[in-house]
Formats: sequence, structure tokens, C-alpha cells
Amino acid sequence: MNKYPLWKYLIILAVIIPGFIYALPNLFGEDPALQVSATRAAIIDDGTQQQITSALSESGISFSKLQKQENGIQLRFKDTDDQLKAKAVVENELGDKYTVALNLLPATPAWMDAINARPMYLGLDLRGGVHFLMEVDIEGAISNTEKRLVSDLRAGMREKKIRYLSVSSSKNKGILVVFPDLERRSQGLITVEDDFTSLSAREIESDGKPALLLTLTDAAKREISDSSVKQNMTALRNRINELGVAEPIVQQQGDNRIVVQLPGIQDTARAKEIIGRTATLEIMLVDEKNSGNIQAALEGRVPVGSRLYRDRRNAPILLKKGIIYSGNNIVDASAGIDSRNGSSVVHITLDARGASINQRVTGDNIGNRMAVVYVEQKSTIKKDEQGNVVIDENGQPVRVKSRIEEVITAPVIRDQLGKRFQIEGLDSIKEARDLSLLLRAGALAAPIEIVEERTIGPSLGKENIRTGFLSVMYGLIAILIFMIFYYRVFGIVADIALVLNLVLMVAILSLFQATLTLPGVAGILLTVGMAVDANVLIFERIREEIRNGVTPQAAIHSGYDKALSTIVDANITTLIAAIVLFNFGTGPIKGFAITLSIGILTSMFTAIMVSRGIVNKIYGGRHVKKLAI
Amino acid sequence: MISLKKFDIDFLGKRKLAMMFSLVLIIISLGSLATRGLSFGIDFTGGTLVEVSYQDTIAIDDVRDTLSNSGFVDAVVQYFGTAKDVMIRVPLRSDMEGAQVSEKIMLSLHEKQGEFVTDTNPISKEQTCSANGQSQVCKVQMQRVEFVGPQVGDELTNQGGLAMLYALFGILAYVAFRFEWRFAVGSVAALVHDVVITVGVFSVFQLEFTLTVLAALLAVIGYSLNDTIVVFDRIRENFRKMRKETPLNIMNTSINQTLPRTILTSLTTLLVLISLFIFGGDIIHNFSIALILGVLIGTYSSIFIASPVVLALGVSRENLLKVKQEGGEETATR
Repeated sequence: MNKYPLWKYLIILAVIIPGFIYALPNLFGEDPALQVSATRAAIIDDGTQQQITSALSESGISFSKLQKQENGIQLRFKDTDDQLKAKAVVENELGDKYTVALNLLPATPAWMDAINARPMYLGLDLRGGVHFLMEVDIEGAISNTEKRLVSDLRAGMREKKIRYLSVSSSKNKGILVVFPDLERRSQGLITVEDDFTSLSAREIESDGKPALLLTLTDAAKREISDSSVKQNMTALRNRINELGVAEPIVQQQGDNRIVVQLPGIQDTARAKEIIGRTATLEIMLVDEKNSGNIQAALEGRVPVGSRLYRDRRNAPILLKKGIIYSGNNIVDASAGIDSRNGSSVVHITLDARGASINQRVTGDNIGNRMAVVYVEQKSTIKKDEQGNVVIDENGQPVRVKSRIEEVITAPVIRDQLGKRFQIEGLDSIKEARDLSLLLRAGALAAPIEIVEERTIGPSLGKENIRTGFLSVMYGLIAILIFMIFYYRVFGIVADIALVLNLVLMVAILSLFQATLTLPGVAGILLTVGMAVDANVLIFERIREEIRNGVTPQAAIHSGYDKALSTIVDANITTLIAAIVLFNFGTGPIKGFAITLSIGILTSMFTAIMVSRGIVNKIYGGRHVKKLAI
Repeated sequence: MISLKKFDIDFLGKRKLAMMFSLVLIIISLGSLATRGLSFGIDFTGGTLVEVSYQDTIAIDDVRDTLSNSGFVDAVVQYFGTAKDVMIRVPLRSDMEGAQVSEKIMLSLHEKQGEFVTDTNPISKEQTCSANGQSQVCKVQMQRVEFVGPQVGDELTNQGGLAMLYALFGILAYVAFRFEWRFAVGSVAALVHDVVITVGVFSVFQLEFTLTVLAALLAVIGYSLNDTIVVFDRIRENFRKMRKETPLNIMNTSINQTLPRTILTSLTTLLVLISLFIFGGDIIHNFSIALILGVLIGTYSSIFIASPVVLALGVSRENLLKVKQEGGEETATR
């Protein structure tokens, strides 16, 4: 009696051994590291890597490991001292086209990396950092679109020589176009149906005059909402790059919200300033006449009426001063495939004003290039050569405003262009998509607002890890001692099950890289307290059976048997509460729900199956007079 | 063998007394909720919370003056742990964008100390400041900032209430399915009892009711139910075994039989919660208070509320025999 077949022990081992392996990375600590990534204006290639390694070896700083990744390079150092020195060296070497962020990388051995065994992913409340929840003002984006459509409608009808009395937009009501007579209205309706597919029209009377009430279709509104969120996310990602955050998160939440998480950032003022910055586009003509002699310009002899710019690969390009039109005139830009030759293109749509300028200017400049310049205002704290902050007479740091300007594309004008045109000759659909997102930077600029902020200072994050660890430790020790004292041999069995439960929880959290938050730690602790419940139920049953005069072996058997359905019932109801919690909760609360749910599941395995396995090994299959319970 | 000996306490005989006691507590709770309300944290009300720690002790009035000079007349300032740690709360304002409030607060606090933040030391993790041209560790360190806009606050309040309802309905359905509707009503009555009294304590003592406290309440629901289910399970079992006894006696016996387990599990859970309360740091403080209260009240209610309600609803052996056929495997334990 009370013997487990071999296969049950094998199942237990098959769970526990991977459990230990996946929990193991949490013991290795972290290496100080640098994360080098390119800002919008640069790319990372073998040359960059070469540059970094030679600069470091010149300065006599050694790194322990260099890893190239999709979007950057990671360098590990043996101590923070080297890390800090290296940061200065690398920053100096690469200039401001790259960001160099301090980071801590898990120091797990390579074979663990290979099987995806990583330490738990700590939430911001444990590692310190900034969490922003931003709301995109969709209403604002829609009303911007309507305003633009008003001028487009005017131009469209003028072009078709349809006389109208007025075109006006009022918030939430749509656009009202008033015509002098019915005939003009039906002409107007045709124009709308042909050229303004995003609008749906209704014929009404306005003060006795025939009119059209135009509203954006639901599809168009969805499109605006969708692209303004995507647009803002792209812009945010680009700017956050500049903050030098090692693992930033920019994620859409719900219909119109964006979560931004910046681990390790303490200067929230600067983070907000950078996030809140707006980018614009300026469309200019390339100075083709003097482009042949760019060397002269590089040496400082820039021709009058022109300015020297750099493109994304840092190559110089001469542009004629004077903005033709700006990004605000770009209504839409989308990536696509050219149906004729299958190459990647970007389709661009301009508003009425942009279109008429475009027509005039491109007509005069066929064969020349037209450049799109990305402009962003940036304000930074001024530092002197020693890296100290420069202070004004009021004791405040001096801030310098600078403009980031870069040419994102400069295609040749092949034809006279109007409202719609396309940029061809892009290498890949990815490049086309990136370019279209950049081109939309000015258009659809839906206002964005921070609706929630949670910042945890770095020292508090460290403190939270310590307190979380301590409370789990002391709680665990108290229970371990209590169980041994109360149940003796069976108490030891329950303790083993409890510790294994903790190991399994850590393993699962690590494996799935679920975010561990401070409430999450509380969830772990709570399950530690409740996990012994299953064993208490079983052991109390066994004691009861013994009191009723049942033999020890039979008591073990029926103790486990009878307690089972109770345990399952009790745990499922707790699980219901945890699942509700998970579905409704935000960040930290979700963390609590996750650890609670995982703990309930793992505790059923350890408290029932594992503890039975051990009890069977101790007492099973032999004659037992008395149980140490 | 150290063990809690066999109990024989007439719990249900004292059910009138227990009901009275609970009723008084519930009336006090509801009364306090109606008159004093809850001291909602900014998670629900919206607003800004800034936690700072000073190098040296600082007088609350100093901080308050600094803030009101910068336009934050309505700031609530209080110590937080020691006389070096200060917590500042500012309600939502119409005159400035919410997310900028914390920035302005930190700026004025630094300014008062004649310093401004330049950087963060990556090793000691302390913010470094510049004061009179000298670089040094900031005299006032930002520890935590929370800002919740009005949109988010309203949403959380709604979602929180809904979550509570969903949890209760889910549980009601599960218990009705596994046992019988009378048991479901009994367990939900006990849960409502626990939640009302726990929230009542938060109202009477004006403890801050935050998002984590709400999470704790949901965990309390889970825990209290756990306790109740164990007792119910035993009642069901005994209804089958003790064919000659009255329901009242069967319930009393069941509660007594499960009493050692009820006490032990509450004890182990309380052990970890007390550890959390002592060592878990102040963010978790009210969270652990809610859980500790919930475990105590939940233990009490699973004995004195859940079973008496089932009894009052007139449960009989036949009610459970029906279930027995549905869940046939349960009887095959021996």
C-alpha cells in the first residue's frame, strides 16, 4: 500500500528538474553593460563595431563580451567603473548620432541563454523608472482632418467650376456646404462621391438653400484613430531612443492609449520634454547646380542661397534655402507596391494648398531633386568641456536649444506632380513603411496627453527589491519552522513541497518573462501561506483517521484521497477571484493576479503529488506502527 | 503528537449572538461609509502624489510653505515613516497639465535647498545635484511620483466595482454548480459580510484606499471562500454519513471537525502576512492590513455566517442527495 509507480516519480522529476534549471538564472546576478543604439540618423554596422572596439582598446578599457543585435550593440564589463569610463569613451567616439545607455544584463552562462533560461523580468516598481500612460486625442485628430477637408473641398469645387455659397465645419456636426441652387448641389454631390471617399453626404436644406451635410465615414474615422495612434507611437519610439534607455517599452493599450515605460530613467522632466516634442517636415529643393562641388561646401564655402544638410547616412547634401511646403500639407503617406514593376513605393497625398504649390514648383524643376527634411526642436542642458553643467546668473542650468535636421529622402522629380504622387526606388517594403511613417510626422498630428504617471526613484526600486525579498524570506522561514514543529516528519515533507513550489513559481515566472511587481511579490508570499493549506487539510485528515482507529497506512491513503476534492474546490474558487483580478487590473495588480494564479496551480502539484511521493517513499510498502505526524 | 484536540463547541447554538455581532459591525461599517466615506487614494480620485526624502530632518511646515509659495496652496504634506521622508499630495488642477505638477513640485523643493538636479549616479543610484557650482548628492531625493488623470481615475473606480461583482457572480455560479444554491447564497453572504466589514474598517480609521487595497479585497474573497468551501465540503460528506442527525448537529460536527485546519491555515497565512506587513515596505502597508483583516474576518465568517445562512435557508439531506448523483465520483472514495 501507498506505493507510487515509477512513472509518477518520473513525472515529478520531469517537472522539478526543468523547474530548477529555469529558476537558476535568478542566482547569477547581473553584468554592468553598455547598450549602443543608433538614433534615426544613423545605422549600426560592422564599421561601428570596429570603431567602438578600437576606441576602447586605445583607452585601455577591456570588455568581457560584445554582442551584436538587430538594433544595436551590447558590451559587457567586469565592473561599473569600466562601464562608466567606457560610456564616456564610446559617446565621445560615436557622437550624438548614437545613444549609449547604461544597462545591467543578466550574467547567465551561454548555455542557459540558449535554452531561453533567463532571470525574472522585474517591473518598474522594483527596478526604478518611469511609466507613462498617454492618451491620443482622437477627437482632435478628427477635427483637424475636417478642417483640412474644408479647404480641400473649396479647392476641389473651384477646380470643377462648381459655384458654392459656403463651406464650414462645426465640431461633431460635420461639414456643411451650401449651394445657390439644386443643380449645383447635384454637381457638388458627384464631386464629393468621386474625390472625397472618406466623406458620406446627406442632402439637406440650410436656411432655405440646398446644402450637403458631409460627415466622415466610420471607416475613415477608424483609419484616422488607428493611424494617429501608430503615428504617435513611431514618433515616441524615435525620441525615446535619444534618452538612452536600455529597454524602453512603447505599447498600444486599448483604442487610443499608449503605454511608455522607461526603466532606469530618473530625470522625468527631461523624459517628458523629449516625449512632448513635436517634429515637423520641410520640403525643399536640392541645389543641383552646386552639388557637383560639395567638397567646397564641406570646407565652408557654402554657395549663397543654399545650406548644407546631412542625410540619414550622414552624407552631405546641398539644399536651396526656402521651404516649398511643410509636413502639415501632407495629408497621408502610405507604403505600397508599384503595380508595374513590383518595387516598393510610398504614396503621398497633399492637401489643396500643398498640391497647388507642388504643381507649380515641380513643373519648373523636372529632373531635379526634391528633399524632405525632418526637423525636431531639442533642448538640452549645456555642459562645458569638463562635462560640468553651465549655470546662469540665477543659478539655473543653461539650456541650449538646437534643431535636429536631417534629410530623410531626396527623390528626383520625374514629372509635374499634383495632389497625389509617389516616391519610387526604395529598397524594401520595410524601408517604404519607415519612410511613410516619417513623412506622416507632420500630418495627423493628434495631440497627446499624459493621463497617468508612475515614477519610482532608483533607490526606492532597490529598496523594494530588498523589502520584497526579506518579507518572502521571513514569511517562508516562519512557516517552515511552524510546520516541522507541528507535523514533524510530515511537516518536513510539507516544507519540501513548499520550497519546491517556490522554485516552480520562480521558474514559470522566469520562463514566461511575466513582469514581477511588488504586489506580485506579495502574491508569491500569499501563495506560500496558502499553499500549506493543502497539506494541512491532508494531514488533519490523516490524524482524524488515526484517531478513528484506522491503521497508519490506510490513514495516509484515505487522508490524501478524501482531502483531494476539498483542495480542488477551494483552489478553483480562489482561481476565479485571481482571474477576475487579472482581467480588470492594470500593471501592478496584474502582477499580483499572475503570481497568485501560478502559485495556486503549482501548489496543487507540489502539495498533493510531490508530498505524496515523498510520504510514499518514507512509509509506503512496509509495516508502520506509528506515524510521526 | 502536538495537535489541536478534538473540538466539540456548539457554534450554531451561538448563531444568534454571532449574527447580532456581525450586524452591529455591518451597521457601523455602512454608517461610516455613508457619513465619512472612504479615503480614496489618487488611483481613484486622480491627482498627484510625490514622495521625497531629505538628507536631514525637515519640518512639515517648511515644505508646506515652499509649496504654497509655488502656488500649491492645496497640497497635503505629511511625514511618511521618518521625519526625513515626506509625502505630498495635490488634487487635480484645472490650471496646469496634470503631468507637470510633480515636476513643478520637485523643482521648487530643490530650489529651496539651493540646488538643481543634474544627473543620477549610476552606482549609488542617488540623484546628483549642482549647488553653488558644486556637484553633490541632492539634499532632497525624489522617491516616487504618481499622477493619475481624471479619465483614468473614473475608469478604475468603475472597473473596480465591476471586478468585485464579476468575482462574486463567478463564485456564486461555481458553488451552486458544485453544491447547491443554498450553499452558494451562504458563501456569497459570508463574502459580502467580509468585504463590507473590511472596507468599513478602512472607512472608520480613514486608511487610504488604493488600487492595491482593492486587489487585496479580491484576494480576501478568494481566501474567505477557500475556508467556507472546506467547511461546506465536510457538511456535504457528513450529510451522507450521519443519516439520523439533524442538519444543525451535522453542521456543528462539520465545523468542529474542520476547526483545526481552519485555525492552522489562518495561522500560516497570517504568519506570512505579518511578515509582509513588517518587512514589505510602505507601498504594501495598507495592502497587508486589508489582507490581515480579511483573513481574520473571513475565518470568523466561514464559521459563524456561511453555515447559519445555509441552515436558515432550510437545507435538508434531500437537497444534497440530488447533487450526489450528479457528482457520482465523490462517493467512490472508499
